[in-house]
Amino acid sequence: MSASAALARPPAAPLRRPSAGPPRGSAAAAVRRGPVADDLYRTLLGACALLVFVVVVLIVQQSVVGALPSIRAFGWHFLVSSQWDPVAERFGALPYLYGTLVSSALAMLLAVPLGLATAVFLAEVAPRRVGSMVAFVVELLASIPSIVYGIWGLFVLAPFLRTLVEPWLIRHLGFLPLFEGFPFGIGMLNAGLVLAVMVLPTIVSISREVLLATPGALRQAALALGSTRAEAIAVAVDAARPGILGAAILGLGRALGETMAVTMVIGNTNRISASLLAPGATMASVIANEFTEATGALHLSALFEVALVLFALTLVVNAAARLLVHWATGGRRDVAGAA
Amino acid sequence: MSRARPETPARLEIRGPASARRLWNAGLLASCWLAAAVVILPLALIVWHLLARGLAGLNADFFLRLPKPVGEPGGGMANAIAGTLILVGLGALFAVPVGVGAGVWLAEYGRGRLATVVRYTADVLAGVPSIVVGVAVYGLVVLPMGRFSALAGGVALGILMLPTIVRSTEEVVLLVPRSYREAALALGAPRWRAIQDVVVPSAAAGIVTAALLAVARAAGETAPLLFTALGNRFWSARLDQPIASLPTMIYDYAKAPYEDWNRQAWTGALVLLVLVTLLSAALRLALRRLPGRSPR
Repeated sequence: MSASAALARPPAAPLRRPSAGPPRGSAAAAVRRGPVADDLYRTLLGACALLVFVVVVLIVQQSVVGALPSIRAFGWHFLVSSQWDPVAERFGALPYLYGTLVSSALAMLLAVPLGLATAVFLAEVAPRRVGSMVAFVVELLASIPSIVYGIWGLFVLAPFLRTLVEPWLIRHLGFLPLFEGFPFGIGMLNAGLVLAVMVLPTIVSISREVLLATPGALRQAALALGSTRAEAIAVAVDAARPGILGAAILGLGRALGETMAVTMVIGNTNRISASLLAPGATMASVIANEFTEATGALHLSALFEVALVLFALTLVVNAAARLLVHWATGGRRDVAGAA
Repeated sequence: MSRARPETPARLEIRGPASARRLWNAGLLASCWLAAAVVILPLALIVWHLLARGLAGLNADFFLRLPKPVGEPGGGMANAIAGTLILVGLGALFAVPVGVGAGVWLAEYGRGRLATVVRYTADVLAGVPSIVVGVAVYGLVVLPMGRFSALAGGVALGILMLPTIVRSTEEVVLLVPRSYREAALALGAPRWRAIQDVVVPSAAAGIVTAALLAVARAAGETAPLLFTALGNRFWSARLDQPIASLPTMIYDYAKAPYEDWNRQAWTGALVLLVLVTLLSAALRLALRRLPGRSPR
């Protein structure tokens, strides 16, 4: 009786097992198997969900445990020292922190204006046909494996930069510390360019979603007041600003953690150089390069700590981005799905 | 348009704002077109170069033969292709049931604090750099086992698939009309059967597509395999031994100072791209046509 009553409830109501405990008799069991199986089913699915949480906890725990010896040995000094010497067992991650931040900043500098303009194109300007084609291409860009970007950056973009772009930059802008040195082809500039292409899909697709979420009345009102189309679009972009900022930061989170493509094109030297043409290294690239060849326990631990710092950095950046996009779209858009 | 503006003619004559605004308007709209063109450019270039440099090495040997030692021409990446399939299969074996289970739980029961936490951690997991996942799996699986293994690689790929599967499954299951559940319950089905036999099957197309999308993306991952599955130049199907994978072999071959290897890396990249991109492109198209999935 109680079982059938429970069955009739709509799914939103919490289902409670009869308080009599698990049924024993065969006839009763036939009737009440539902609720028991219900509990079992619910527990099973709940366990799956819990496992997702456990996986994240384990990742954090492993990174922290692995990094402990290095944290004990170097403390905060790890983040400000630029000495990375496996032989003397002195480790400081500043060059990698610097490389990660500079290459990502360069990528953002290129990708944000371009991505925003493309998003505006998709949301406001493009004829339907053209728009859906461009959107499809952007989605394809997102699905290209990072190793393919890497091989392209290494064998196509690097020679192009070395023979054409960088000599030109040195000749005409070489007086700036940003563009002095030799044209290597691989280095910060190459990494920044490849990263820019890689984060474009994130920035474009989320900015587009945010723009589409702004009320059409904004544009209509602007047009009715005599605005040109560009001015009306500017009003919409202004309204979507927090969300667009969120899209950019989400792209930044992606750029910070990108590994393979950057490792292949950045040159991998742990020197801090003001020039964008000089080779460098990022946190992700040093892990990829040195992890399997770590010479000692402390070296390995230092790499674990680099991973921990990278994890913390992306965590903060992604959280900020999510909040911004959520706020900007009033929670209507599922940013997790779009990212 | 300019005639309708309420400004005085005198100001119009002095500053000529109408033409300036028109110019600005045209310039901005044109730059939007230009930006879209610039965004398409890298894709076109990448596909072009992959075809130009990789197509030549594409033959039956590439799919059927083991890598040859340095200096000997020919050979293929058969073991790496098989290895990628094994690793991705292992990952999916772990991630698909757990991810779908968690997604269904979030959609059907996910109202409490635990659900909020799980949703948040799934989002966090989606943002964790893949190299960090590799480092964690190294500590979690490789160190206790004492060696690099296919199992570790599979776990790493599975973790990367997980967040996409969880959130997509939740999204798809939530789209199943409430009346389906009510009808099943009204017919006397217990709640678990209503979910398992009615709700999940009507969302099945969406769930399968989401899972395949996550799997396809994981197939292209390199970073988490570098120090979990490591790589192997020979056939291996043992789960407790290092195993080759297409992305790591492309990486090794691209870094190597041998031109022949670099050529094969291009062919490998072409094969990988076709494997991953065409699969997800086809899925994306299918995704739009599926019932029970919101048209985006």
